[in-house]
Amino acid sequence: MKGMTVIVKTIASWVKVLIFLFGINIIIFGHLTPGGGFAGGVILASSYVLLMLAFGREFAEKNLSLPTASKLDCLGAFLFALIAILGFAFGGIFFVNYLVKYSQPLRLISAGTIPLSNIAIGLKVGASLFLVILTLSTFRPDISTDKKE
Amino acid sequence: MSVPLPIFIAIPLLTAFVLPVFGKKGKDAATILANLATLSLLVLAIATIGQSAVYEVGKWSIPLGINLVLDGLSSLLLLTVSVVSAASMLFSTRYMEQYTAKSKYLSLFMLMVAGMNGLVLSGDIFNLFVFLEIASLASYALVGFGCEHEELEASFKYMVLGSIGSTFILFAIALVYGNTGALNMAYVSKAIQNTGLNAGLAFALALFIVGFGLKAALVPFHAWLPDAHSSAPAPISAMLSGVLIKTLGVYALSRVVFNVFGISIPTGWLLIVLGLLSMVAGAFLAIGQWDLKRLMAYSSISQMGYVVLGIGLGGLIIARGGNLAWASLSILGGLFHLVNHAVYKSLLFLTSGSVEMSTGTRQMGQMGGLAEKMPVTRAACTIASASIAGVPPFSGFWSKLILVIAAIQAHFYWVAAIIVFVSLCTLIMYLKVQRHVFLGELPANLQHIKENKGTMVVAMVFLACLCVLMGLLVIVPSLKANILEPAVKVLTDGLLYSANLIGT
Amino acid sequence: MPYALCFLLFMVGLYCTVVKKNIVKIVVGLAVMEYAVNLFLIMLGYRTGGTAPIVDKTYLEPGTGQIAASFINTSVDPLPQALVLTAIVIALGSLALMVSMCIRIYEKYGTLDITEIRRLKG
Repeated sequence: MKGMTVIVKTIASWVKVLIFLFGINIIIFGHLTPGGGFAGGVILASSYVLLMLAFGREFAEKNLSLPTASKLDCLGAFLFALIAILGFAFGGIFFVNYLVKYSQPLRLISAGTIPLSNIAIGLKVGASLFLVILTLSTFRPDISTDKKE
Repeated sequence: MSVPLPIFIAIPLLTAFVLPVFGKKGKDAATILANLATLSLLVLAIATIGQSAVYEVGKWSIPLGINLVLDGLSSLLLLTVSVVSAASMLFSTRYMEQYTAKSKYLSLFMLMVAGMNGLVLSGDIFNLFVFLEIASLASYALVGFGCEHEELEASFKYMVLGSIGSTFILFAIALVYGNTGALNMAYVSKAIQNTGLNAGLAFALALFIVGFGLKAALVPFHAWLPDAHSSAPAPISAMLSGVLIKTLGVYALSRVVFNVFGISIPTGWLLIVLGLLSMVAGAFLAIGQWDLKRLMAYSSISQMGYVVLGIGLGGLIIARGGNLAWASLSILGGLFHLVNHAVYKSLLFLTSGSVEMSTGTRQMGQMGGLAEKMPVTRAACTIASASIAGVPPFSGFWSKLILVIAAIQAHFYWVAAIIVFVSLCTLIMYLKVQRHVFLGELPANLQHIKENKGTMVVAMVFLACLCVLMGLLVIVPSLKANILEPAVKVLTDGLLYSANLIGT
Repeated sequence: MPYALCFLLFMVGLYCTVVKKNIVKIVVGLAVMEYAVNLFLIMLGYRTGGTAPIVDKTYLEPGTGQIAASFINTSVDPLPQALVLTAIVIALGSLALMVSMCIRIYEKYGTLDITEIRRLKG
């Protein structure tokens, strides 16, 4: 997949960092403002998709390659499950919010395990949506028996 | 000691998240990890027989939080899911060597098991929908795993029809929330008992029956099943036909109709009619098939009709206020047939996978005389065929006998006659399988095939032994009282589910 | 009245899934059906003249830090919003799987017409 003209490439290289930062803002303030893990993860993925559309598929693949994105995906999911299981270790029941006693309401660092879960979900959703769009843009008119996600 | 209930969901989910990292080089390590996971689930499921527990996730009490409920019906289905998934995972260690990307297959398989476990344990109706979707999405991807022409077409058809079913179920959940204001099944049941069924709730019940009927492949909604179950890889066919249509379809349907809405006379008749249609149509369509797995898929539709007929007949007797012992017997027949069918249908699909791996074809016209070359497969297939056709002393005979006795006792003589007639058709179709696949002459191009060894044989022998021994579940009174009776009691108690959980 | 329009949208999606022959149009029909159900679910929680269910400092009681009664009386129901978030994620996963299946079918069969993709019969 080829890239686009010079104007688009210049603007995209400035704007993608802003989009990435906006996505991180939505994830981290997920317990105070609307958004949270999933919406922020989609915005993170869309910054990489902008990179892919403006510069071409090979450039985006060099930037964040397929095995790396796959491992980030698994890491995000595993972190989420780990937070749930640590609830079992500390509080006796799965998914208990065991950090809420250290926090005051309506601050940035508050609400216990919810921001940590948001970060794990944001990582997973961003990586997996980028992976989906990267593999969907591969069109091979020949027979292959590999099944990707 | 009591097992914490989320562990049934946590073990397969964690395994599913870790497995894709292994890639091609770590294939053997991934396989060993997946097998350990399914075997540990089997051990845990046996440990929870006869218990009942409520687990509130996150220490939020209901109705603010989500709870997991283990009662008789849930523990029966947990046991069934663990047995079939352990056997299928053992089989697929050797069978899936033909495909690439084995670690992704194992990850999707564990996701499907996690979805089914979560659905069976859930006490909240939206949580049931979420786990239903997890299991369904994993199964859509697994049906099309080989990425050949037919598998993609079958997977697409399955996906479109399955998504329509799921959307109907979500619409029904939205209607239930709008009319009752609660999502926990006990609270919804209490609200429906207080206000009665208004138009919105009746429409929601109809949508639930259509949606879950589509997942269970009852007859007007069965169009996806022959394609999907015949094109999938053999252990996935075993899982789909053995447990997926039962948990996603029949368990969810009976939980919603009996425990949440309460069984009534029109609903009971509807279930009986759907069951009869499925039995007859599935049997007739199966006899004319020449593709081995397609014949077994149509026979799955027919056997699911037995289960729904048993449960519907029991429900109708309860709704009419008839003799509770007759209703219990009918539901016992239906649930026992569910468990039996899981074991012998998965064994049949595993043997068909073994035949396909050796001969390379699924068409019965091109096979023949495999009896000398593949003795273990032949023995397993014969045991499973005798069981499904209802030959004593195998397990299928007992469940069909209980269904016929229950039908005659309740004065539904024509239903009993149809049950016997469809059993005869089942016998015909499996005699056809035996004649064309195992007896007869060996064609020239198949002279060199050998028996499959290793874990495939272990899985098939394990399930065959279970087929023989399962008859003891109804004969030995202590086994029956611990495993089957609590499940029947959950359904005959009906609306007492909410009273048991939260008081009146 | 809005509920009836929502149901009409659901029927439009169902019609599209059942009647159309192009597999991409079938997928679009399914997406419209799922959007209709999500819309129905959000409309259930609406309260006329309500505010968004987000708690900030103006809604807390000054002394104890508990949530004020004015918030509970005017906010819309937040539970359907959580349900819709989950349903949208599930629909996204399902849609991604369906679209990739369409691409694979086009690679193998060379056509997007469902009446020609009929190798499995009987």
